[in-house]
Amino acid sequence: MADYNTMELMICTAARELEDGASVGVGTGAPCAAAMLAQKAHSPNLVILFEAGGAAPLIPEMPISVGDSRTTWKAVMASGMCEIMETACRGMLDYTFLGGAQIDMYGNLNSTRIGPDHQKPKVRFPGSGGANDFGSFCWRMMVMTPQDPKRFAEKCSYVTTPGWLQGGDSRAKSGLPLGAGPYKILTNMAVMDFEPESKRMRIIAINPGYSEKDVQDNCGFELLKAKKIVENKPPTKHELALLREQIDPYRYVIGR
Amino acid sequence: MEVLAQGIGPIFTDPDADKARAFFRKKSRALMPKVMSVKEAVEKFVHDGEYLCTGGFGANRIPAAVCHEILRQGRKNMGFAGHTSTHDFQILCAGEVFNKLDVAYIVGLEARGLSPNARKYMESGKVNVSEWTNYSLSVRFKAAAAGVSFYPARNIMGTDTFHYSGAKVIECPFTGTKYAAMPAIWPDVAAIHVHEADIYGNCRIRGITVSDLDLARAAKHLIITCERLIQNDEIRRDPSFTSIPYWCVDAVCEVPYGSYPGNMYGEYFSDEEHIKEWLKVEENPEEFKKFLDRNIYSCKDHFEYIERNGGMHKLLKLREKEFMFSKARD
Repeated sequence: MADYNTMELMICTAARELEDGASVGVGTGAPCAAAMLAQKAHSPNLVILFEAGGAAPLIPEMPISVGDSRTTWKAVMASGMCEIMETACRGMLDYTFLGGAQIDMYGNLNSTRIGPDHQKPKVRFPGSGGANDFGSFCWRMMVMTPQDPKRFAEKCSYVTTPGWLQGGDSRAKSGLPLGAGPYKILTNMAVMDFEPESKRMRIIAINPGYSEKDVQDNCGFELLKAKKIVENKPPTKHELALLREQIDPYRYVIGR
Repeated sequence: MEVLAQGIGPIFTDPDADKARAFFRKKSRALMPKVMSVKEAVEKFVHDGEYLCTGGFGANRIPAAVCHEILRQGRKNMGFAGHTSTHDFQILCAGEVFNKLDVAYIVGLEARGLSPNARKYMESGKVNVSEWTNYSLSVRFKAAAAGVSFYPARNIMGTDTFHYSGAKVIECPFTGTKYAAMPAIWPDVAAIHVHEADIYGNCRIRGITVSDLDLARAAKHLIITCERLIQNDEIRRDPSFTSIPYWCVDAVCEVPYGSYPGNMYGEYFSDEEHIKEWLKVEENPEEFKKFLDRNIYSCKDHFEYIERNGGMHKLLKLREKEFMFSKARD
């Protein structure tokens, strides 16, 4: 039995994507934990941006809101929503982590509703918030999510945030900024990217303890497979120590 | 101008810039004291059927006292901008204050989870919904603040968020690039909580400003609640700190701890115990009704609400938490 849980593995995988000097737009929870881990482990100059206005803080403990005081702790600037989203729109936001109730094979995300009637939805979720904005502007959008066949859906009942839209060059034609889009999907079972031509989701790494079959069985659409699928590296002792002792001592995120 | 695509969502406010100019032409520029109670401000400036906006970020620097007073005075059929709204939205849903809603972020309280009552209200079919994003609503206020009828943005295109919005896709006359045109919102009334204001309404905000600087300028009427009143001399001593000028403001209400149970930058952290209790009690409609009576309807004002939830002892703890002294003292 491994001495880490899948949430810890997902956070460590995500943190490793964030190189020093890059910028990342994050929300609360696992994305924030990943950014904090990257900042403490290997990217001391990671520029962490919060949609409400917090810019480049040295986050002391897990924020409960993307606008609370922790998001400007020792920050370089306490700004506003336009400042952050304009920074993203003019091309200075490298990464973001998003999530949703549903994701399809092109990385489109639903965080708005389930059911066909928009004015009287079966289930109402929060909506876009800043997700569509980050998803539209950010060069490399990533998703951290548990993997199950309901969430990885053939078709989202509503597309809140753009992935590669209908695949191929549909996103480029839509008017969204060129060259930006979904980059990697990190789940408890695997890491996926997107095949460059079709823009369909593709397995590139499997987490320890899972098989390609597990990943496909827990996905509502057919996944492509990279020529070489590697095994994802487990968290190091150092990463786990930072995560457990400094970043999330109360296990708000890693205890889920 | 050719419209390449169009959302089906309603636009609840008139985006005509000349009509807005005609209104602002008549808005007073007089330097006069505007200090009043929250009760008086809501009586005077918040009316049934009008379009309302609240400043801050959901449970951070929110005009909580104004939201409670709106419930006590029973406002109905309002329009509302669900822009970065969380606990403020939860309060307004408890009073079923609005039935027209521009959505960016609603129902949820971020890491705390979803509000059962807000969700029930949004699933009831009683609310006419138009879908946007946080940035889209920010630029709708930005357009209004600038006195123009729309703002071009590069988000939402190609998604259902666009389809259920009132935005239109247009082509840039210089480059041919596609843009989503976001119509200006001039709200009838906005309420913003700030750190300091003078009696005329000159305001200072610390920490993040979210979209409040544009919202303050876009709003036809603006209610300011502040942690502290300060002297006009202090404003004039260093005007570089002023972020909302007095001519935008209609009412100034001194409400220390006015963002409670929300967070206030550099003052106090959010009361997570109380917000958790609120979310829990919403699961039981009978209990929730009693909870609202106790915390809103039978309270005279914001101070009574705070006193019923721990008073100064609680606030001192929240101040410690804001500055992260608590670990040192525990």
